[in-house]
Amino acid sequence: MTPTYYLLLSALLFTIGAVGVLVRRNAIVVFMCVELMLNAVNLTLVTFARINGSLDGQVMAFFVMVVAAAEVVVGLAIIMSIFRTRRTASVDDANLLKY
Amino acid sequence: MLALQPPQQAPIEAPQIEYSAILPILILLGAACVGVLIEAFVSKANRWAAQVTLSLLAILGAGVAFIVYVTDNPPQRGLTTLYKTIAVDRPALFLWGTLLALGLGALLLIADRTIERGGAFVAQAGIRPGTIQDRVQAASGGMQTEVFPLTMFALSGMMVFCAANDLLTMFIALEVLSLPLYLMCGLARRRRLISQESAVKYFLLGAFASAFFLYGLALLYGYAGSVKLADIANAAAGSAASDTLLFAGFGLLVVGLLFKASVGPFHAWTPDVYQGAPTPITAFMAACTKVAAFGGILRVLTVGFESTSWEWRGVLWVVAIASMVIGAVLGLTQTDVKRMLAYSSIAHAGFLLVGALALRPEGLSGTLFYLLTYGFTTLAAFGAVSLVRDSSGEATHLSQWAGLAKRSPVLAAVFTFLLLAMAGIPLTSGFVGKFVVFSAGIQDGMTPLVVIALLASAVAAFFYLRVIVLMYFSEPAPDGPTVTVPGTFTTAAITLGVLVTLILGVVPAFALDWAGTGTFAF
Repeated sequence: MTPTYYLLLSALLFTIGAVGVLVRRNAIVVFMCVELMLNAVNLTLVTFARINGSLDGQVMAFFVMVVAAAEVVVGLAIIMSIFRTRRTASVDDANLLKY
Repeated sequence: MLALQPPQQAPIEAPQIEYSAILPILILLGAACVGVLIEAFVSKANRWAAQVTLSLLAILGAGVAFIVYVTDNPPQRGLTTLYKTIAVDRPALFLWGTLLALGLGALLLIADRTIERGGAFVAQAGIRPGTIQDRVQAASGGMQTEVFPLTMFALSGMMVFCAANDLLTMFIALEVLSLPLYLMCGLARRRRLISQESAVKYFLLGAFASAFFLYGLALLYGYAGSVKLADIANAAAGSAASDTLLFAGFGLLVVGLLFKASVGPFHAWTPDVYQGAPTPITAFMAACTKVAAFGGILRVLTVGFESTSWEWRGVLWVVAIASMVIGAVLGLTQTDVKRMLAYSSIAHAGFLLVGALALRPEGLSGTLFYLLTYGFTTLAAFGAVSLVRDSSGEATHLSQWAGLAKRSPVLAAVFTFLLLAMAGIPLTSGFVGKFVVFSAGIQDGMTPLVVIALLASAVAAFFYLRVIVLMYFSEPAPDGPTVTVPGTFTTAAITLGVLVTLILGVVPAFALDWAGTGTFAF
């Protein structure tokens, strides 16, 4: 197994996440797709750490995990507040602000 | 099959820390943490006073620490500290001073409770909008005082962001500045539906953009074996690694940065968030986030990627043009003052990018100066917007502003002056800012771009003048909004913005000198 396959896998995961953010309607699912993108980045970082022979990339992956956790806290609070108001988490229904 | 032994690492040494240099950031972060404790331990009645006192003292203390450091150490070259992840050099110090002053102004707007009983923030964010309890909270005198520690966190994140010499530090700072802003956008007291909607939009798009930034960081790490900007620059000068990694990484990284700076095609969130967020927070975002984001862009482009500028410059030309055209043309069609100012900020982001693309000392100093002037002008403009009110809260629709000069000549005069500064009329700071940025662009051989920028600023001037004409030459509607007489805090913030706009327009030399000494340290 060459490490390149892991890079391809992570690029694929990142793309799936990005497409998911663009096409999915539910705010929670959109948010999960963002998390998928962040984890694809983690895989890239760890693979490059392996290729470059330094541990920096692995340490960075920990930083990314911590930031992702903080983002979940803030994000779910915001999505919860709009869900309680509108009884829906669909991003299409949030359409008061436009043009 | 690869051998499975762990890679060899050098033994870890404790980093050298220049505490005196980073003291302003430490003070703000410390105050933010104490602010969180105040939320937990101080009774509800005393929280507002405690938080305002703490935040004001923290910003003033950080300002004193900053001034002491600058007067003691006039470093033309600057220093790096914390394993070279933070660079305290002239551009960083200039941006820190700007951010602290703008942060003080924004804090005064946030703390104001005279315009609306209880302030611009919701009393309890957990109450559902539209219910009876919500009407009670709208009339009550309380507010979510968490806003103050959140502001302190965001401000310290911004200060780290424009001094970060390493992409990982920059990413952490980006999140430290963004996450509090997402929350604060959703805390408006009135019109809570659009406030919450703006928070959701800002959060989802912001998280999406920071994922791009992060993937760019990972690719650049693969290219250079390090995320320090100086190492990336060295690797770009002579490395056997594939250029695909370098340019893919750069592209993704820049998308994340341009999103934060609300430039060009990455602006989609800006009008919605500026309109929906509580106006003091809009002022804070419009002034401080712009300064921090462009500080980061300048550093990344100059320190990390100057040697490859031939390859990417054309792309950023297109981005700058798109930003100016989108801002100027769509600004014409707006009917809401806050949205109009948002599109104006997108156009200004394009002008700023012209200076950032110049990649020469004049471009650097011009962009820094432009950031200073634009920050104060826009802070005062949003402060003025928050004063025009009717029974349902702020009256931001342009039709409600008709004939405002007859109701309040002072406010109309102040807002006219600020709009003229944004349009770039001589004797305002906006003119000097545009002049230095565009002349740097011409010196660097970007004349076509500067011509487009001038055309865009002429188009943008039209919608500023439209508001002025509306305020002075229309009859006020009988049921139109009233202009609230602001208390000390808001008056101080607007006066600060107007005075800086005027002084930098008449005698800009000292600030230009200060912006022009010294380059990035790395």
